[in-house]
Amino acid sequence: MFYREAGDFKTSYVEDGQTFPIKFDRFRYYAVLIAAFAVVPFFVNDYWVNAVFLPFLIYSIAAIGLNILVGYCGQVSLGTGGFMAVGAYACYKLMTAFPDVNILFHVILSGGVTAAVCVLFGLPSLRIKGFYLAVATLAAQFFLVWLFNRVGWFYNYSASGQINAPERTVFGVPVTGAETAPWAAYLFCLVFTVVCAILARNLTRGMAGRKWMAIRDMDIAAEIIGVNPLRAKLTAFMISGFFVGIAGALFFAVYLGAVEVGEVFGINKSFLVLFMVIIGGLGSIFGSFAGAAFLVLLPVLLKNVLVGTLGWPTDLAAHLEFVIVGGLIVIFLIAEPHGLAQLWRVAKEKLRLWPFPH
Amino acid sequence: MKKTIFGAAVAAVMAAAPALADLTIVDTSYRTGPYAANGIPFSDGYQDYFTLLNQRDGGIGGEMINLVECETGYNTEKGVECYEATKGEGALVYQPLSTGITYQLIPKATADGIPLHTMGYGRTSAKNGKVFEWVFNYPANYWDGASHAVTHILDQNDGDISGKTIALVYHNSAYGKEPIRTLEGLAEKHGFDLTLLPVDHPGQEQKSQWLQIRREKPDNVIMWGWGVMNQVAIQEAVNIRYPMENFIGVWWSGSENDVKAAGDRADGYKALTFHNIGSDYPLYADIQTHVVETGNAAGAGDQIGSVLYNRGMYAAMLAAEAIKTAQEIHGTAAINAAQMRDGMENLEITEEKMAALGLPNFGPEFKVSCENHGGNGFGAVSQWDAEAGEFTLITEYFQSDQEVLAPLVAEDSQAFAEENDIEMRCN
Repeated sequence: MFYREAGDFKTSYVEDGQTFPIKFDRFRYYAVLIAAFAVVPFFVNDYWVNAVFLPFLIYSIAAIGLNILVGYCGQVSLGTGGFMAVGAYACYKLMTAFPDVNILFHVILSGGVTAAVCVLFGLPSLRIKGFYLAVATLAAQFFLVWLFNRVGWFYNYSASGQINAPERTVFGVPVTGAETAPWAAYLFCLVFTVVCAILARNLTRGMAGRKWMAIRDMDIAAEIIGVNPLRAKLTAFMISGFFVGIAGALFFAVYLGAVEVGEVFGINKSFLVLFMVIIGGLGSIFGSFAGAAFLVLLPVLLKNVLVGTLGWPTDLAAHLEFVIVGGLIVIFLIAEPHGLAQLWRVAKEKLRLWPFPH
Repeated sequence: MKKTIFGAAVAAVMAAAPALADLTIVDTSYRTGPYAANGIPFSDGYQDYFTLLNQRDGGIGGEMINLVECETGYNTEKGVECYEATKGEGALVYQPLSTGITYQLIPKATADGIPLHTMGYGRTSAKNGKVFEWVFNYPANYWDGASHAVTHILDQNDGDISGKTIALVYHNSAYGKEPIRTLEGLAEKHGFDLTLLPVDHPGQEQKSQWLQIRREKPDNVIMWGWGVMNQVAIQEAVNIRYPMENFIGVWWSGSENDVKAAGDRADGYKALTFHNIGSDYPLYADIQTHVVETGNAAGAGDQIGSVLYNRGMYAAMLAAEAIKTAQEIHGTAAINAAQMRDGMENLEITEEKMAALGLPNFGPEFKVSCENHGGNGFGAVSQWDAEAGEFTLITEYFQSDQEVLAPLVAEDSQAFAEENDIEMRCN
């Protein structure tokens, strides 16, 4: 009933090729955007922004980036934490070296720097595949973290080895530093998330995305039909790196404000983002959002319910949180190996016929 | 859909938050993860002291203490979440017990006007109250600790350590890197060689570092470790038969659970401390009657009297004394965070005060002032006696080398002030 295509005629190619061809879907998308841009900023406080929205938005960008590489192009990567660190440190160096340039450009440039680094570490993908590639990217993870810890230039030789985001403004409103209003940080990240998602969605629908998927499904067949594996794989690494770098820059500059590379961008981060992609659904932009929401919001929700509402001891709740989240991941992967995105797809199929399935 | 459920749940939580009238103390503890072994006793001590005040005295100055615990897992992201979740409840002071989280919170707490007390950790140059209005690190800080260790080594060697080698085994993080600057300064002054051996988080893998120590045989090893790293390092030192009396840990590397795992051969291991050790104080009898026997002890209640329990209790005692001071200054029992800051800045700990609290000779005397947020930098050295199963103080409290430290504090805080456009206070 809701997802009816009947009667929804397309009379031009533009209409036919739009992102959300079903009218209900399209309006739901507009409604979400309006709510996110025009309603939420008026109601958020520090807690909602710092504990819920910022991590969700930033992890979504990282998950979209990794999804392009793993989900669309089939190149397994365990280096996401390291690449996010590249984005964060690039952003820090740019912020401190060019204080007069708008932070907006710094974040985008950090994405660019990360893209370059990512391509460099993607070169082995031309020779090695699957698990072996995963190990190669794992090396990137450890190397990059070691590098940022070891070389003083990256943290401007500060005594503690930490990087701290100085205050920077967009249109006169601070978006980094301690004086940032919650709505400003939220909107700043939201803009990046929405633009990245639209960009990723359209890239994956176009020629680049089809090449990636061809490589993913069978690289030899793809090569035979004329896909250049060198270009396809390296563009996937590049685009993925760009998004992951933006996520890393925002993570450092807007969300945390101070970063210690080993703790924040360690191997755990790589796994976390990979889990988001797998649980959300490989090869789906919506899945990236769903996965990020699942792994960011569920622990916070559980903590609030167990400690806040039920008044359990914090250590018990923290341990139980691991058990519940871990258990849910296993259940999800058994019940729906294609992730939350597949659940959503099935739901849509059902809704098309509902309430008259026959 | 998921969001609406979530929203409803959080709204319910927020509605259920307790009234703001009490004195709210937030305990950002970590009872899980690789640092739990050290986080649990500290948190137990911190909570038990406030429970004692509630049970025995009916709070402080007639105001009950509302203790809120939040689990950080020593993780900065969770630490930020904890801070944001609890600051709205009128928290008076934060004691994050993590240098990483401290660095996150310094700008946030300064902007929100909530004092931070980073006792013996955090950003050392926060000692300079002219720059760091809301941050306190009395009674001692990392640079004091580094100086204490070197002074102790000097004492052992009749005041001459030129040409000797000292190795620093440190947690490769903001925490572990803190003492390097001071040790470099001291190396220059006293003419010893400094070897730096970083250990990556969480510190379970230290074979190569200790292999290097075995090969180079430094005269002394100083350790800046925390959590599981301590146990592993002491075990490794035992394995290579490093003379334990030449191995000195900072105060965060000197609790019972760090040395017990290594067995008898850990005997003689030294650790710094800035408060006394053991449970031989009148206050512990009160804790026994009012907290343990009434069934209100935090955690499993099995940590009482351990080094880190004492430290947590000491931190709580200093917070409670600051509350009392603030209540006197402002003439109101229900103080807020800004008034708490005034209390901390005018805090004075004397021997009479400690004796009256049932903690005679428990810590050094010190006085906080507008310029000096870090106390006088007194500390002592303790040594592990494996047979008796306890640490004992082997020196008196002695002061750190202020000649070396003062310019470093001034320089580092000056840099921070310039970076953040902070105007100097206390003029």
